[in-house]
Amino acid sequence: MLIKQAPDIRSSEITPERLYYNRRQFIQAASGAALGAAGAAVLGQPDGGLHAAPQEDVGELRPSQFSTDERQNSYEEITSYNNFYEFGLDKEDPKRYADDLTVEPWSVRVEGHMNRPAADYTLEDILSPHTLEERIYRLRCVEAWSMVVPWVGFPLRDLIRRFEPTSRANFVRFETLYRPSEFRGQRARNLQYPYVEGLRMDEAMNPLTILAVGIYGKTLLNQNGAPIRLVIPWKYGFKSIKSIVKIEFVEDQPRNTWNVAIPHEYGFYANVNPEVDHPRWSQGMERRIGNFFRQRTQMFNGYGYQVARMYNGMDLARNY
Amino acid sequence: MIRSPARRGPAAGSQRMATVFRITRVKPIVFVTCLIPALLLGWDAFTGGLGVNPIEDITHRTGDWALRLLLVTLAVTPLRRMAGWHGLVRFRRMFGLFAFFYAVLHFSTYLVFDHFFDLLLIIDDVAERKYVTAGFIGFVLMIPLAVTSTQGWIRRLGKRWTALHRLVYASAVAGVVHFLWLVKIDIGEPMIYAAILTLLLGLRMAFRHRGQGRAVRGTGAVDPARSAAR
Repeated sequence: MLIKQAPDIRSSEITPERLYYNRRQFIQAASGAALGAAGAAVLGQPDGGLHAAPQEDVGELRPSQFSTDERQNSYEEITSYNNFYEFGLDKEDPKRYADDLTVEPWSVRVEGHMNRPAADYTLEDILSPHTLEERIYRLRCVEAWSMVVPWVGFPLRDLIRRFEPTSRANFVRFETLYRPSEFRGQRARNLQYPYVEGLRMDEAMNPLTILAVGIYGKTLLNQNGAPIRLVIPWKYGFKSIKSIVKIEFVEDQPRNTWNVAIPHEYGFYANVNPEVDHPRWSQGMERRIGNFFRQRTQMFNGYGYQVARMYNGMDLARNY
Repeated sequence: MIRSPARRGPAAGSQRMATVFRITRVKPIVFVTCLIPALLLGWDAFTGGLGVNPIEDITHRTGDWALRLLLVTLAVTPLRRMAGWHGLVRFRRMFGLFAFFYAVLHFSTYLVFDHFFDLLLIIDDVAERKYVTAGFIGFVLMIPLAVTSTQGWIRRLGKRWTALHRLVYASAVAGVVHFLWLVKIDIGEPMIYAAILTLLLGLRMAFRHRGQGRAVRGTGAVDPARSAAR
């Protein structure tokens, strides 16, 4: 696969920002007490370039050429203004009710069209072969606000390769935890649960797509989708599914939750596009959290250089 | 009860004086109460309590209070009819003007922070976005009502004043529709407003249907003038 480099590399992308910390501790914190359970043996060692875990060394968080040097939103902003309908409809609800959710132990079911055996993998199994990077991405919500978030994570493609999907795996389907006893939004049935999202295989394999386990060098808080979530920076935020418990390689395009809820307003692709408005409001402008005035929204949220090719010849107004 | 004071005896007159006295005392309290949401907003803006998206917070809170006070204004007549709280009508204009006050703050936030006085963008937005159109209509309809709320205009317009001020129903409907059309999926809150508005309008229709409509309209035309006189 030909991966083009971004045309210019900013100074911030060469110099590691600030974050140095113990990677092993991070993974242990992220995966909690659930260590060494079934599944680790099946996966075997990852291919070259990826570290075997756990590591003794204090590693530095690998910076990324894909990071932006725009002003990052504060930790406070990122962790107190969220859409996570499992916790309720208000932006403050996820933080308010975050403690209702227990994320230890955590396992992720991986199944579908792949050569590796379908199984429940502990978070440790999922994370251990990967080197965590910092990815400072713009996040554009479909509601026309945006943030800049320094995620900690690793490319989804690295995980996909480990499981060796077959040629029938055209899409990857993700599911959020379904646990009404801890998610009041699921009890209230404010959407159809479990929350489902999906990506075309080439989108899932795009180097920009990551599985995130942290923000600002800290493990994810529950309101941000702990312990593991997807981040797809060129799509509206609702595609970046939180608190993932299932990853499935499927043949047919998955029906994602918002598309099921209001089909004419939310599509499968949900690419950030200032030219294609939401039926009820404009997508041409956005309010960056922390700014008083609005700014223009960029095509593909400014990631067109890396992703536009995937949609060549597609009618983006119809495939919204 | 105090519909035709002229026909009352001296006892009724003193009772009326007592009512007037109470109203003059209560009015500042109601005034300050209506101002509390704005004061809280100012306080939060000053102390950084507006949350992570302050403009959105200001927009939502001013919009909520414009709609709430509009519904309070519309609740005055049904409450008079059903509960006999005739003194309430003395506050109707104040409620209406406060609804307008919050609507002005709401619209100004949109004007300044969403579009920074970009008239072309605003015209486009009002024309293209159903929820903006509805909100804009609701707001514009309130302007003549606020302007003609003075004693002078009530006298000058006479019976036409009552007819003109029926626009308040249209404004409230537009306001609720504006709310319904802007939410993503959480229609719970706007539906509460819609239910209250439906109830209030339904009650008025019921009054008219029962042949009491004439009485309501009759007092309606006189009441504002009276309340303004005090």
